[in-house]
Amino acid sequence: MIDYSKCLEYEPYAMDKNQKDKFLTECLWILTRYHYDHCKEYRKILDSENFDINTVHDYHDLPFLPVRLFKEYDLKSIGEGEIQKTMTSSGTTGQSVSKIYLDKENASNQTKVLTRIVSDYIGKKRLPMLILDTSALLKNRSMFSARGAGILGFSIFARDKLYALDEDMQLDINGMKTFLEKHKGEEIFLFGFTFMIWQHFYKELLRTGYRPDLSKGILIHGGGWKKLISEAVSPQEFKESMRQVCGIRSIHDYYGMVEQTGTIYMECECGHLHTSVFSDVIIRRPYDFLEADVGEEGLVETVSILPKSYPGHVLLTEDCGTVLGVDDCPCGRKGKYFKISGRIKNAEIRGCSDTYAEKF
Amino acid sequence: MQRNFNGIDILYAAADSFEEVKALPSKRIFCDEVCEFLNHLSAAIRKDKEACQYPDIVTFGFFCRRANIEQLKKRYNREGIRIGRGLAYHIAPSNVPINFAYTLVAGLLSGNANVVRVSTKDFGQTFILCRLIHAVIEELKLDIGKYIVICQYKREKEKTDYLSSLCDLRVVWGGDNTITEIRKSEIASRCIEIAFADRYSLAVFYAEDVLKIKDWEDISRRFFNDTYLYDQNACSSPRMIYWIGNKETIASAQELFWKKFHQFLKERYTIEPIIAVDKLTMGYRAAIDFEDAVFVEREDNLINRIKIGTLDKCVPLYACPGGSFLEYEDSSLERLFSIINKKYQTLAYLGGDGRAIALQVANAGCAGIDRVVPVGKTADFTLTWDGYDLVDIMSREVFVDTQ
Repeated sequence: MIDYSKCLEYEPYAMDKNQKDKFLTECLWILTRYHYDHCKEYRKILDSENFDINTVHDYHDLPFLPVRLFKEYDLKSIGEGEIQKTMTSSGTTGQSVSKIYLDKENASNQTKVLTRIVSDYIGKKRLPMLILDTSALLKNRSMFSARGAGILGFSIFARDKLYALDEDMQLDINGMKTFLEKHKGEEIFLFGFTFMIWQHFYKELLRTGYRPDLSKGILIHGGGWKKLISEAVSPQEFKESMRQVCGIRSIHDYYGMVEQTGTIYMECECGHLHTSVFSDVIIRRPYDFLEADVGEEGLVETVSILPKSYPGHVLLTEDCGTVLGVDDCPCGRKGKYFKISGRIKNAEIRGCSDTYAEKF
Repeated sequence: MQRNFNGIDILYAAADSFEEVKALPSKRIFCDEVCEFLNHLSAAIRKDKEACQYPDIVTFGFFCRRANIEQLKKRYNREGIRIGRGLAYHIAPSNVPINFAYTLVAGLLSGNANVVRVSTKDFGQTFILCRLIHAVIEELKLDIGKYIVICQYKREKEKTDYLSSLCDLRVVWGGDNTITEIRKSEIASRCIEIAFADRYSLAVFYAEDVLKIKDWEDISRRFFNDTYLYDQNACSSPRMIYWIGNKETIASAQELFWKKFHQFLKERYTIEPIIAVDKLTMGYRAAIDFEDAVFVEREDNLINRIKIGTLDKCVPLYACPGGSFLEYEDSSLERLFSIINKKYQTLAYLGGDGRAIALQVANAGCAGIDRVVPVGKTADFTLTWDGYDLVDIMSREVFVDTQ
């Protein structure tokens, strides 16, 4: 099996392509065999493809599972008794959600990797943390999904926490004033979800005229741009607007998914999403699933060395993205860097089935 | 200016209200005025540049021409006297633009006055046909114009309630969800309803005959029209191929057929990213749920084939638009009959004898399979659909005893 204690010590952004290819191939090869032996559904999928692990010498050739399968099946490589935590995706009401089963080791590895990656951006010491979300989030069980898990996950970087929004989603200006006074001159770590930040933090600051000094703040935000695209807010505009209302300069988007928690893709100072040594993205052409060229948009496959309690180490997402380069980002980090252009479109399908039809 | 009756937008009507249409006397089936009108409409379509850009309108125009209608009429030259039921209220499906025209024609040929609710999607086909119907009726001053109302409205129950209370015949296209929704609106006690539910269709390929195919361009085009032309999403589109023959013959026939078809398809179909992902997901669902599924190796994502070694009642659950096929092999049709239920609609055949197949289906007492048609004809509209003789069911017989 993979020696996680050793692997997780690797610097997240130090390996060049050749080393990383070798490393990932080794880890993912082992995981593929492991899940083949421990997850019946995974084995049946590989068998249906007549897949022979012994013929594979490159992780690009491993079969990928569409993420939607995690919504329809309970895919896991551990026994019921070993489940320590079940993560679910943030589906809106009525939608089915992904269920990800974690054992103790897997859950702990996720936290370790997240720490390794994020420290590269905010440093190793814990910071005062301003959570740009509501304090009701962790109290209300029904809201506890990917959003709650994200906040809990990132809270490991905090030494003093404040929720910027109260239980009624109102900006807690007095609380913020006290908090910022207390930590005057210190670096502040801010975390939240892109749309929530825009809707309930940025717009409220704009409306109330309150202008906190967050010039020493570092903001990490995720959750996608889908909702903001409808408001026609671009990433550049987001950054610029945030700078205007609170002086914040260090803003990092991240890309990640509940199916591969921990191995997130952080946006660097140059605005590029980066793969760490622990994971990778492969962009595939919809036509034949072959790998796209650098600069060519396609479907995003994500691989991660962490999923051991469930067969989620090689996944085909429903996102579109483009690889921008490998090992040569001006920010100095090694590894692939890329951008995400959004979710794949629902097709306008011809025919008479109700499946995609308008509601009568 | 947009006209409306009772708050319902009218795309075409010669009458001035639904009540006026309701009061019209029924016609005999295949009456001369209707046949005359259809023939002129056919000519008008042929001459209209805009209409000719839509292959489905052209096909519809061809259906309406005199020779075809005369041919269809022969089937009804029987002793009984048949006339329309009165007011037919048709709910056309949302995703097949031309279907509203066929259901209207069936209603007219059956002697009814018709209110057709078309999709709220603004299809070019709808507007072109309304324009041509208007032109033909005006030019020839045909009274039959009053028997046609084409309207459009969003999901509003009160409007469906109203039209349902008025009609003598309700025709619901568009699948299970639509039917459930529409059935919440009551109809009068003498009113009857024909509902076209979600269906599943398949094809039977006779391996020996496939190996004898000479004109691959022709066969490929036919199969394409059955499947990829409408993203394999029509109810009548085959989603499973049931191969008949011995093992070796089937293996060669499969290889040949899919190779030839792939060549044909490559230049004609572009696959949307979501379809590629959907199809992979569907294939893996089958891999998990069936005991012995084999995902046939593929050089691209155009054709996904999943071979299954056992048939199961849940086969229709493994359908995914855009080119997914389950494949099963056997030496006869027997095993197929064990899984056929009401869900099954069209059985397309490549090779073999259509009549013999239909007789086997009937003799096996299958709950499903309403159509047995050659490959290439699954999407052709006929007056017998989903097991209903539309003219018979949309009209009534005046029984007469002359003794």
